[in-house]
Amino acid sequence: MYLLDNYWIHFAVFTVVIIAFVLTMVMGFIYIERRFLGFIQIRMGPNRTGPFGLLQPVADAIKVLLKEDIIPAKGDKLVFWLAPLVAFVPVFMIFAVVPFQRGALLADLNVGILYVVAVSSIIAVGVFMAGWSSNNKYSLVGAMRDVAQLVSYEIPLGLAILSVVLLAGSLSLTRIVEAQSIPFILLQPLGFLIFFIAALAEVNRTPFDLLEADSEIVAGFNIEYSGMKFAMFFLTEYCEALVLSALVTTLFLGGWRGPLLPPFLWFIIKVVAVFMFVAWIRATIPRLRIDQVMGFAWKGLLPLALINLLITALEVLVWKGTLPWLVIFLNIAIMAVLILFWSRFSRLGGGRVEV
Amino acid sequence: MGVAIAFWILAIVSVAAALAVVLLRDIFRAALALILCFLTIAGLYVTLSADFLAAVQVLIYVGAIAILIILAIMLTREVQRGGLSNKLQLPVVVVVVLLLGALIYTMVSTPWAVSTAMPLVPTTPILAGKLFGEGGFILVVEMAAVLLLVAILGAIVLVREK
Repeated sequence: MYLLDNYWIHFAVFTVVIIAFVLTMVMGFIYIERRFLGFIQIRMGPNRTGPFGLLQPVADAIKVLLKEDIIPAKGDKLVFWLAPLVAFVPVFMIFAVVPFQRGALLADLNVGILYVVAVSSIIAVGVFMAGWSSNNKYSLVGAMRDVAQLVSYEIPLGLAILSVVLLAGSLSLTRIVEAQSIPFILLQPLGFLIFFIAALAEVNRTPFDLLEADSEIVAGFNIEYSGMKFAMFFLTEYCEALVLSALVTTLFLGGWRGPLLPPFLWFIIKVVAVFMFVAWIRATIPRLRIDQVMGFAWKGLLPLALINLLITALEVLVWKGTLPWLVIFLNIAIMAVLILFWSRFSRLGGGRVEV
Repeated sequence: MGVAIAFWILAIVSVAAALAVVLLRDIFRAALALILCFLTIAGLYVTLSADFLAAVQVLIYVGAIAILIILAIMLTREVQRGGLSNKLQLPVVVVVVLLLGALIYTMVSTPWAVSTAMPLVPTTPILAGKLFGEGGFILVVEMAAVLLLVAILGAIVLVREK
């Protein structure tokens, strides 16, 4: 690996690797999601294009490239043109700090996870630009809801990440993986649940996809987009799902660590497994309403995340250095009690809208 | 060499973005220019080896404050055309020119001390020690938190229905 020691060669190689990885995985995710959803719903899914329908994402990509590119006459054209880029570029930038195996990443930032949270917050600006520049009331309402949801769920997400950082004692993603002799999903069961739910809301997956589902405010902030620009937003969605899977893998499932198989293969296996779990949730759970989404963030996840952070801090303080195995059972018990307790608070009341 | 090139690109873009914030008539575009300005300043922090500060700059200013500004713009009616004018243009020009002159004079005439020490790596434990450790700035941190709380409470009191 002496060749990679040169800074510029390292930079060039990993940039190409990351772009190839992300695009391949996104194609794979689209295929997996459609086939896997088909399997769950007892239907075939796309199976005509290529062997087992493997070329379906390629066909979709070509179709969307050839579509007419429509720009609203009264929209803000410059902002309209820039919005997909502003949403798309930060998602790619996140992968710069995700470790595929020890040392195999573009930049081992000392503030890795903070960088991820910071860069992903730029995506909201792209959504806003799209919603505003379309000059359409539905896209504006969609963008505002989207940003309200993003901002609300960023708080429990950040608190859940903080408790992981407390356990690992570092913000660097490589260090976080190296600290997981026990995967943090066992030491942090409640933190994992909070992170996973909040991340689902951040990336607009079911059950939090009311911002761009076809049946809600005619598909939200991106209605006026077509052709390649729409494809950019679509690609952003799936890249975000990939980010979600990669982060869950890195923070809670022990990253590249695993027996027998080479590390990067373990990483990819875990990422695909997490994504299939996300697709499974999509097939199972119905969509929430906007007031339920916001209420759940502020009344449900935020206090739970705060309590979890407090308990984790206490545990780290009491058992300095190494946490005993007993903590796993203790934390699972605490999680069960807290969730039972909180489920008493958030009764939904059949169809009653509470603002 | 590379750092110098990066600095000049970032400096020119940030000054241009800051000018755009003031000069653009379209208030939404002005807010977007402000975001660009925040981002380039984060880039300047990176060239100074202040990685934590750069990440926090993006997180707080772009992720929270800029978003709040845009939300406020969207919630305000009749703001699209912007360009509200009033009679205070001339006094403002005088004050701004005086302020700019004072700032430039101070910057040029001060003998700035340039540290020759290498930047400390990693920055996070040192920062944490400074903020929360003994002999650090814990009082200032707590006061900032209380100040923000007071601001939030004040906003609630101001808009509360009687």
